[in-house]
Amino acid sequence: MSLVFAILFYAATLILAGGVAYRIYDYARTPAPLKIPTTPAPTTSGGVAFRMFREVVFFESLFKSNLWIWALGWLFHVGLALVLLRHLRYFTEPVNFIIAFIQPFGMYAGFAMAAGLAGLWARRFLVERIRYISTPSDHLMLALLLGIAVTGLLMKFVMHTDIVAVKTFFLGLMVFEINPLPVHPGLYLHLGMVVLLMIVFPVSKLLHAPGVFFSPTRNQVDNPRETRHLAPWAAKFEAKN
Amino acid sequence: MADETTPVAVPPASTPAAAKPAAKAPEKAKVVAPAFRDYPTIPALQVDAMVESNPYVAAAAHNESVGFPGTLVDGWEQKAVAKMGELLGKYRSLKVYMDACVHCGACTDKCHYFIGTGDPKNMPVARQDLMRSVYRRYYTLPGKLFPKLVGARDMTRDVLDDWFRYYNQCSECRRCSVFCPYGIDTAEVTMAAKEIMHSVGLGHKYVNEIIGKVHKIGNNLGLPGPALENTLEGLEEDVLEDTGAAVKYPLDQHGAEVLLVTPSADFFAEPHVDSLIGYGKVFHAAGISWTLSSKASEAGNFGMFIGNYEQMQKIAMRVREAALELGVKRIVVGECGHAWRVAYAFWNTLTGIGAGANDPFAIQLQKQLDPNYKQPSHICEVTWDLIQAGRLKFNKEANDHRIVTFHDSCNVARGSRMGDYAGGQFDIPRNIIRAVANNYVEMSAGTTREKTFCCGGGGGLLTDELLDLRVKGALPRMEALNEIVQHNGVNFMATICAICKAQFTKVLPYYGFKMSMVGGVHQLVSTAIVLNNEQ
Repeated sequence: MSLVFAILFYAATLILAGGVAYRIYDYARTPAPLKIPTTPAPTTSGGVAFRMFREVVFFESLFKSNLWIWALGWLFHVGLALVLLRHLRYFTEPVNFIIAFIQPFGMYAGFAMAAGLAGLWARRFLVERIRYISTPSDHLMLALLLGIAVTGLLMKFVMHTDIVAVKTFFLGLMVFEINPLPVHPGLYLHLGMVVLLMIVFPVSKLLHAPGVFFSPTRNQVDNPRETRHLAPWAAKFEAKN
Repeated sequence: MADETTPVAVPPASTPAAAKPAAKAPEKAKVVAPAFRDYPTIPALQVDAMVESNPYVAAAAHNESVGFPGTLVDGWEQKAVAKMGELLGKYRSLKVYMDACVHCGACTDKCHYFIGTGDPKNMPVARQDLMRSVYRRYYTLPGKLFPKLVGARDMTRDVLDDWFRYYNQCSECRRCSVFCPYGIDTAEVTMAAKEIMHSVGLGHKYVNEIIGKVHKIGNNLGLPGPALENTLEGLEEDVLEDTGAAVKYPLDQHGAEVLLVTPSADFFAEPHVDSLIGYGKVFHAAGISWTLSSKASEAGNFGMFIGNYEQMQKIAMRVREAALELGVKRIVVGECGHAWRVAYAFWNTLTGIGAGANDPFAIQLQKQLDPNYKQPSHICEVTWDLIQAGRLKFNKEANDHRIVTFHDSCNVARGSRMGDYAGGQFDIPRNIIRAVANNYVEMSAGTTREKTFCCGGGGGLLTDELLDLRVKGALPRMEALNEIVQHNGVNFMATICAICKAQFTKVLPYYGFKMSMVGGVHQLVSTAIVLNNEQ
């Protein structure tokens, strides 16, 4: 099993990194031919950076839109961020003091993450409008994330695994050594689902993570009268005129 | 209170559809205004409530006159999918928005057409999904492998019919984009869908007819130069009679300082013309020489509505050419919502009307224009600057018979700006109103400024066959208006958009209001302004 997971993780990492890098390249090379910031919009690039910061960190537009979705979504994302940071200790030796510092918060962040996910999932059944727009993949994505959270919490609080061995396994992977992974069904499930998540990331709606940074309605400066904005393909029309 | 004012739907008197031969386009649907809601609750879904709402398909001649295939081409399925691929490569907005949506549902209750109809396909995300499902099928791996799982669909006739129906139930007002955590703008998706449909020969009659007229005659209404001249002379006589002031409404005057480009409805439609009278009075009182142009006698740009860059540019180029020919120093845009978005946000890109260019094409014009003024300027910016400089005088009491509110037009609110700071587009028109009238009341906060509701007639939907949709789409605005009519006795809703004015004039009676309640900001200016000759 150690070998299987080693291969899976190498493959998944390649797919995730390569896939997301390609998507970012693809978004970046596609021109935005017109100025379309949703106004009122910042008139300076500093202002745009601040708008984007509020959007990415606090989900500002979502907050204006719907408090329930905002609360559940933010709970989930902040929980996930802390949990991810906490997991860095499996990849670093010695553990950075910041990671050590958030360790206690990270543990409970797992519950926040699971609660947020459960709430978001409940909406897909309970709210008629959201039920209407939900596809099977929307449900599966939530199931996958919730599965990862629940198996993680189980290993932390109920059926422990040998985390020292787990750490040795991952530190080994980083230097292309395969060390034994503990035999533990919960761990296999947890890691298997993480691998799956990494693989689907670049071809799924999880692309909202890189996508938000490329959204012209949010990342453009509102200065069309002051500077001329021209896409290469559009510049060609001027030759005719 | 809601019950008393619940309007009785009166179908327009014109067409006894059933009596006509079957060859005629879709039957005229019954026009029904929804009742005001006691509380603005989100409507329950009514699947297919608006499935009968179909705009007229453009005839071959109309499509061809704008450079599109006359009728649905052979192999349109592949061609539509290929066109989508082309647009995905040209518009980052479309590409990112197709990928980024997580179906969170934040937008689902934000569209005025959804609120007014309950049709789930009028929820912004569902409207986007009409295209996203096809995108997933042809341009994503999971959609190719597991279409059912990710809601991917083949490009079929049913899908195309849904596109034609429901992308013509979007007024491209961008309200949903305010609330989306990724800023997904359904207007961008609607525009792309319309461009794809046009490229395979499925055009919307109303919009293509109008674009044809702009190219042939110079304005959306097909008003030729001599008729325009007559109209303007008539206006001068009227104003002279009313005020004793010899206010001019000049046409094609070389060497004027200002070129005013305004929606052609301003030349003869009510209440639009009252604002045109107002613009003239402002220039007169401030002693600014100005002119209209017969070549660019239209500020509106329906090229935007169909998402077609080349059409939009071609239409905008008339303004550039007129400015160069007339040698004007400033370009000012009249009261028109989408025209101001195109002018403010796109003209510099499309035609070089603006500043900050370093290419010969744009510099040619930018050298001519006076850098002390914003190019282009909105007429409200001009008027407000003059007010601040003390160059206009008002008799505010002349507007005392009015209790005024202001409807933010969607394209001005969410697609443009006025003045020097973000949000100037909200403050400047209100500042003007407060400077010229004593009684002003705001509508409720969730329905104004960037959260404003579209009038229900934007985006190329201002056509009679869509009247039922337009009436229903006006519901949230009518509810907000009704609130201050009941509580504050408001009797005048000012706005700065030709489409808003035309739409409300038509729709207000369905909700029990007088159609004369709507008018322009410069109509109020016109009423109160003190002209030099009188002093």
